[in-house]
Amino acid sequence: MSGKPQKAQKPQKPQKSQKPPKGSTQDRHDEQQTGRTGQDRPDRPREERTTAVRLNVFRTYKLFIGGAFPRSESGRVYQVTDTAGDWLANAPRASRKDARDAVVAARKAFPRWSGATAYNRGQILYRVAEMLQGRREQFAAEVAAAEGLPPGTAAARVDAAVDRWVWYAGWSDKVAQIAGAANPVAGPYFNLSTPEPTGVVAVLAPPESSLLGLVSVLAPVIATGNTAVVVAAEPAPLPALSLGEVLATSDVPGGVVNVLSGRTAELAGPLAAHQDVNAIDLTGAGPDPALARELEKAAAENLKRVFRPRAEDWTAGQSTDRLLAFLETKTVWHPMGV
Amino acid sequence: MPQTASAFADVAASDAALRRFLHGLPGVDAVGLQARAAALATRSIKTTAKAYAIDLAISMVDLTTLEGADTAGKVRSLCAKGRVPDPADRSTPRVAAVCVYPDMVPVARQALAGTEIKVASVATAFPSGRAALPVRLADTRDAVAAGADEIDMVIDRGAFLSGRYLQVHDEIRAVKAECARPGGEPDAHLKVIFENGELATYDNIRRASWLAMLAGADFIKTSTGKVAVNATLPGTLLMLEAVRDFHAATGTRVGVKPAGGIRTTKDAIRYLVLVNETLGADWLSPDRFRFGASSLLNDLLMQRQKLSSGRYSGPDYVTVD
Amino acid sequence: MTEQPTATTTPTTTATPITPAGPRSAPGPLPGFAYAPAPESRDLAEIAPSYGLYIGGEFREAHNGKSFTTLDPSSEEPLSEVAYGGAEDVDAAVRAARDAFPAWAGLPGAERAKYLFRIARIIQERSRELAVLETRDNGKPIRESRDTDLPLVAAHFFYYAGWADKLAHAGFGTDPKPLGVAGQVIPWNFPLLMLAWKVAPALACGNTVVLKPAETTPLSALFFADICRQAGLPAGVVNIVTGDGTTGAHLVAHPGVDKIAFTGSTAVGKEIARTVAGTGKRLTLELGGKGANIVFDDAPLDQAVEGIVGGIFFNQGQVCCAGSRLLVQESVQEELLAALKRRLTTLRVGDPLDKNTDIGAINSAEQLARIASLTEAGEAEGAERWSVPCELPSDGYWFAPTLFTGVSQAHRIAQEEIFGPVLSVLTFRTPEEAVAKANNTPYGLSAGIWTEKGSRILWMADRLRAGVVWANTFNRFDPASPFGGYQESGFGREGGRHGLEAYLDVR
Repeated sequence: MSGKPQKAQKPQKPQKSQKPPKGSTQDRHDEQQTGRTGQDRPDRPREERTTAVRLNVFRTYKLFIGGAFPRSESGRVYQVTDTAGDWLANAPRASRKDARDAVVAARKAFPRWSGATAYNRGQILYRVAEMLQGRREQFAAEVAAAEGLPPGTAAARVDAAVDRWVWYAGWSDKVAQIAGAANPVAGPYFNLSTPEPTGVVAVLAPPESSLLGLVSVLAPVIATGNTAVVVAAEPAPLPALSLGEVLATSDVPGGVVNVLSGRTAELAGPLAAHQDVNAIDLTGAGPDPALARELEKAAAENLKRVFRPRAEDWTAGQSTDRLLAFLETKTVWHPMGV
Repeated sequence: MPQTASAFADVAASDAALRRFLHGLPGVDAVGLQARAAALATRSIKTTAKAYAIDLAISMVDLTTLEGADTAGKVRSLCAKGRVPDPADRSTPRVAAVCVYPDMVPVARQALAGTEIKVASVATAFPSGRAALPVRLADTRDAVAAGADEIDMVIDRGAFLSGRYLQVHDEIRAVKAECARPGGEPDAHLKVIFENGELATYDNIRRASWLAMLAGADFIKTSTGKVAVNATLPGTLLMLEAVRDFHAATGTRVGVKPAGGIRTTKDAIRYLVLVNETLGADWLSPDRFRFGASSLLNDLLMQRQKLSSGRYSGPDYVTVD
Repeated sequence: MTEQPTATTTPTTTATPITPAGPRSAPGPLPGFAYAPAPESRDLAEIAPSYGLYIGGEFREAHNGKSFTTLDPSSEEPLSEVAYGGAEDVDAAVRAARDAFPAWAGLPGAERAKYLFRIARIIQERSRELAVLETRDNGKPIRESRDTDLPLVAAHFFYYAGWADKLAHAGFGTDPKPLGVAGQVIPWNFPLLMLAWKVAPALACGNTVVLKPAETTPLSALFFADICRQAGLPAGVVNIVTGDGTTGAHLVAHPGVDKIAFTGSTAVGKEIARTVAGTGKRLTLELGGKGANIVFDDAPLDQAVEGIVGGIFFNQGQVCCAGSRLLVQESVQEELLAALKRRLTTLRVGDPLDKNTDIGAINSAEQLARIASLTEAGEAEGAERWSVPCELPSDGYWFAPTLFTGVSQAHRIAQEEIFGPVLSVLTFRTPEEAVAKANNTPYGLSAGIWTEKGSRILWMADRLRAGVVWANTFNRFDPASPFGGYQESGFGREGGRHGLEAYLDVR
């Protein structure tokens, strides 16, 4: 099993007190203080780390907006650590302007994505699952580091995420058949209700499940033709940022999914208040009820559809709830006569 | 030149031109048309308005007998009824016309002498129209010569349904020519019957309306009374709308005659409401609107008696003819 | 062409008149067909001098003893004194609903269904009375309350009655549960119909309700309380608390309420959404609209004219889904507007109880003032105003059917909901432009398409961001058909299978 975080090989951590406060923006010199080097990053195969004959190439994690990979326009980053507090990467700390750009990109992508045939969306989303599968090892390592899971469990989460993505991909051309209706009205009218995507959906990904949780909240949103602005799990954004790279290589048009990393509280506010966002999934604000309430209030300004936080077991079976939550029902009438 | 011709000079220049014109008319949404007719049918016509409407309706009746079993006696008694619809109340208006087959025109002419009640005759191999054009024209000529004031012709529905619009148009004009009388005598007026029940669609009814009006019809008429579907409120409303549009385009006022199946005062008043709300007062006259009916008259008379006496009348208090 | 007397150059001459015959001439040349007054009898609805709140199966005075007057808006004549519900009354009603909830939710669905069927039948039996009542309290023409509101009210109860024992098949899980106590706040434009839209699905799903009718139209809800009594509905299942916006705010904020359903203005809807935020209360909102009625040059014109008229003048335009923006293709604009104006002059404005009235009274002085102010803004902004020449009664609240031409997207009358008999006419050149203009609004409730070309209808319907799209028709309603908006027109659907979701614990 490659990609396993080599905790045992790491030097003993100095004292806890020396650990940088979680989430603080720190200087890279911290690495030396904690004795960590890039060798320990989960995306490096073990051999590389043990041979030490060559220095690994680091990957710079970037935002994913409109199909491109910008750094935050603010130039800010924050340190991402594993559950033990060890440095993993400097993730972009997106600003409200990045959030705004992401909404613009999502809005721009909406007509084409929502206008694509459901079959086409299903094909593209299935392609995402294929790409995810191909990067299984990388994601397993990232998830293990992010969530402090044993390697087998982390891999199982990645597998579940792939399977969940496949499940939702298959829904794209079926949801109208379970959520739509032919309505038998009392008159000479053809009357059909069909579900349509709500529009641009802001998604606050759950902090506790960096990939499976993310997939569980993102895939249902876009499967039906919405476009999304995702705020990655604040403490564990790396799988989300990597997912951006998967999406970019999976025929998903730019802007359909936009991934932001940073402070959930900082990004969620502007998204909840944004007049061109149609719906918001507050799952990521779940641990902070006061924040969730403020966001729901802000969302009222343009009557966003709000998916409230609730207790979730991401490993449990999937349901259509999230798929159906970001749909509008359009009912079309036409007379029948000669 | 008549304005009809100048406004639509090229319309009947060829079969293709006529087809283009008729198919370029706005479509008719059946459900919307029916809904409008049904909404107007809920108008509540009471007291003075009802009295007005009943007398108006009586004066618009083309009292009709079109049976194989018609005899001179039957036609004479119908004419007598038309002259004095209610012997008990001489203030009752007379009917507009008596409508008979061509061979009965002389009988009716004689029976109605001295009144202004018109003699209307169906012609053109009524009701099917399935005879050669010379036969249909001879039929018309015969009725006109016998003194018919009005000719109710049928169009060739077969030709219409197979798209031979120019043929239908030219045949109407040929019949119209037969309605002319020499020597300063007034021409017979031409009512053109579409047989809406056979045209089947509202789009066809609108096209037939324009076709007939372009060809010179004085009246357009829904039906012969001889098929399953005769006058309907929506079909008549549509014809009234066509008349309205034709008038707006040409200045020519064409009359409308629903026929067949109109039996009650309530029905008749509903038609008058359609006329009132579509064409207005100018068409609320026997000059421009007629009912082709036979049993309607007695119901109108009973309702009229009810209004004047306050009591409901019964069939024994009106005459059977 | 043979010269015929039928074809002349002056519009006034015509086919030679066939002179009317008869012992006396046909009825004199009246100015049209003057319909005599045909008023429905006021006595059909016996309105008591005062009404209490309906809480726990009984009528009671307001806790603070306050009351308010409800008027006939067509005459400003007071109809009744109605109890003004305060916080204590709302609390009592919510407690009554809570007490009634377990037993009601616990009833087998088939039994709940029978109560609703009973209610539906009683509404049918009393529909003439209720139609008169509704017309008196609201000002709408009796033709509409009789032919539209009441049949739809009864049908709505019938439809949802049938769901009560079939919820397991509705697609919301095999054993869907009710939410609890539903607080429902409804508007004045369709008082009894909006009650039906709220109460019928709530009860079918096993919820109990506290309903707050609109301040200006409380009476039909109170008559409905009597229908519940006749139906033998258990006490507390339906509670009616009359009052104003403050009463509604108490209900929305009450911690004992599990679900809020509101129909009304977008501004109030937003306020409710803010109030409910963080409480976990379920919320559905049916709010304002600025519906575009789009007419192409190949439309069935006569029916389009009817659809435009019905779209904006039905219920004096006081309809959230009204087709208040007419988008007409430039190539047919002149012809359509001429036909529309001609048709509007035949509208009969006046006594709402007269069976021949097409346009009744505006519901309140406040609403009339709002309509007047927005139409003044329309004129001030340079749009051209045309109102139907008609005599308006001197008492009561009246507004002549009005249309504005030369309206652009930037005008207030193209953006703001007027909620009155005022149509803004805009033009477009291409289908793309029509879609862009139609969608250029924060609302998204209704839209209309008029064209004889089927593929264009489907193309348009697909692109219009509106919850209800009427193609070659407008303002059709049916209990089986989901209704509700996109964006700031609210969320949730009422009607059909979809309408159950608002009253079930689906997630």
